Amino acid sequence: MTRSVGARALVLSLVIFTIFVVAWHLAVKGGGAGTAVVDPEYAKLVGQAASTGGQSAMPGPLDVAKTIWRHLSDPFYVRGTNDMGIGIQLAYSLARVLIGFGIAVLIAVPLGFLIGMSPIVYRALDPFIQVMKPISPLAWMPLALYTIKDSTLSSIFVIFICSLWPMLINTAFGVASVRKDWLNVARTLEVGPIRKAFTVILPAAAPTILTGMRISVGIAWLVIVAAEMLVGGTGIGYFVWNQWNNLSLTDIITAILLIGLVGMALDQILARLTRLVTYPE
Amino acid sequence: MALFNNPFNAGTRFGKGCSCGRHESDSAHQAALSAEAVAIENAGEESRYRNIVEQAVMRALFPADHQRRAFLKAVGASTAAAALASVFPIGQATEALAQTGPIEKKDLKVGFIPITCATPIIMAHPLGFYSKHGLNVEVVRTAGWAVIRDKTLNKEYDAAHMLAPMPIAISMGVGSNPIPYSVSAIENINGQAITLAMKHKDKRDPKDWKGFRFAVPFDYSMHNYLLRYYLAEHGIDPDRDVQIRSVPPPEMVANLRADNIDGFLGPDPFNQRAVFDGVGFIHLLSKELWDGHPCCAFAASREFVTTMPNTYRALLKSIIDATAHAQKAENRKAIAEAIAAPNYLNQPVTVLEQILTGTYADGLGGVKRDANRIQFDPFPWESFAVWILTQMKRWGQVKTDIDYQAIARQVFLATDAGAMMKELGLTPPTATSKSFSVMGKPFDPAKPEEYVASFAIKRT
Repeated sequence: MTRSVGARALVLSLVIFTIFVVAWHLAVKGGGAGTAVVDPEYAKLVGQAASTGGQSAMPGPLDVAKTIWRHLSDPFYVRGTNDMGIGIQLAYSLARVLIGFGIAVLIAVPLGFLIGMSPIVYRALDPFIQVMKPISPLAWMPLALYTIKDSTLSSIFVIFICSLWPMLINTAFGVASVRKDWLNVARTLEVGPIRKAFTVILPAAAPTILTGMRISVGIAWLVIVAAEMLVGGTGIGYFVWNQWNNLSLTDIITAILLIGLVGMALDQILARLTRLVTYPE
Repeated sequence: MALFNNPFNAGTRFGKGCSCGRHESDSAHQAALSAEAVAIENAGEESRYRNIVEQAVMRALFPADHQRRAFLKAVGASTAAAALASVFPIGQATEALAQTGPIEKKDLKVGFIPITCATPIIMAHPLGFYSKHGLNVEVVRTAGWAVIRDKTLNKEYDAAHMLAPMPIAISMGVGSNPIPYSVSAIENINGQAITLAMKHKDKRDPKDWKGFRFAVPFDYSMHNYLLRYYLAEHGIDPDRDVQIRSVPPPEMVANLRADNIDGFLGPDPFNQRAVFDGVGFIHLLSKELWDGHPCCAFAASREFVTTMPNTYRALLKSIIDATAHAQKAENRKAIAEAIAAPNYLNQPVTVLEQILTGTYADGLGGVKRDANRIQFDPFPWESFAVWILTQMKRWGQVKTDIDYQAIARQVFLATDAGAMMKELGLTPPTATSKSFSVMGKPFDPAKPEEYVASFAIKRT
């Protein structure tokens, strides 16, 4: 029975996808085959849309599929500073995200632990965290560029500062809401504070901590595109900006799809990790 | 000396005879010049540079010819030179200019914005002008003017492509902290256009443009000043009757398509791209407003110029060399092809070719021909800077009293560019300032305040 539910869901997904692609194709195709309204010399100087009097710039699914294939069949070429394969661009972005996110983990988890253990610190720091949490990466960027004076470090800093807060809050919350019974048992058995932290609190709070990390990695991946569009140079965000500068929507759609897929992969990895540390009570 | 007539010559006479006034006729003038050139060639680089520097300083101290001559007559040429040396480090300046020693830093990064204004900076890479002058330059495409400013200020870039007014604004601290900046060469002259949305093809008179929304790339840009000038000349107040927004060039085309703006004065390839994509038409080229106006510049910080003189010289030389190559009509097609590549402008070759060759579709079904649509002349005329300053003043970007000439002289390094042009076998102008007219209205660089005051629409 469960297998057939999975199979039926898959079929439904495929049907939705097909309907979407066909609708897209038909919507873009409409009115494309207009008659030439200009003389041949002029038509040679302008693009297809202008020479037929049309205005549509939206590429169809076939164009996008071709572009995706072109990018994926040769993802790792380097033809100069400003022309690199999409695989390399994604690798740059991933590296920045992992470094920024890694530093955020190293700081947020221990700090969140301390905050969670002490109700007073929790209350005292809460207003600051709440103020810092909603600040957009684009607001941090100019400040970072101006003070750090290095564009790569700036984008890493922005990843760090934006992915820090969800982890901090979740860790603190997870630690603070460990069941009192377990702490009481630990007290009765006269367990030392360090052993208590590692054997009682950490396993109990681990699922919440990992959920925080999962939210953070999603935010980090969101942020990197914005940061790289602003700073430029390398990365998938720069790729999007660059194709935007070229007014090539096909390449932008390709990039959007790849960004989505990589984001999903990152999310799934952390979801797996969460499942590993979750235990039945 | 062909570059300047010698300011130490108290006997210089103006009026009849040849252009410099020292000879009876033009042929005598030419003969004397070539004799002088041979003599200078024999005298070696050192004294040639000394000459250039001394003359430049002399001119800077006494801009008016009659004052200079009076001073020279009173004290004599050699005393004048000695007096100059006591107040200005001529020796050091000569050294900086003349040094052909080892290049301090071979691997350089130069930032550019992907527009045709950057043509000399970009093409110098694929066509080998940087390597010809012993440099290994990486040209880096950059996301916007503010980013290029910040990346040059924080030294990620050694030099960069900037809008000509930007180094002036940076040096004066308008819109950022004041940091001494210089325009070493002008990248391009002309090469911009006013593009309007298709629906306005019957509204060609600016008087009908009240309520329009326009885009320009940056507040401190020739685009902004030229658009404002054009509107104001037609009685449209650019601050009250229309809206002018700062919008990155690719977004101008997209906004035009989305009906968000009515037109823009922007850099190519985006004017031609709007035509290519069928969303707009070219109302007029910026050269129809001011033929020969500067647009973008090759800029470097004063720090880079002074701490790495040899590198700076080699870099400037490559740029001026490339600019001269780009100016020749017969090279334009090959250049269009070279810079259209994904590594550089990443644009269709047809679009770039139309801009560079000047045979273009105007968006209304016609093919126009104007070989001077974009030109490349590196000489940073100080009067360009003065004009830019008058417009900054006119539109209230600069509120205090300023010394137009001094700022122009500090930021636009005309003397350096002239010397470099001469080394490359080009003929630089003999003055550093010239007058010109914008939309038929003459501009005298010596009287900037009067010029600002003469406009009916202004924000002073």
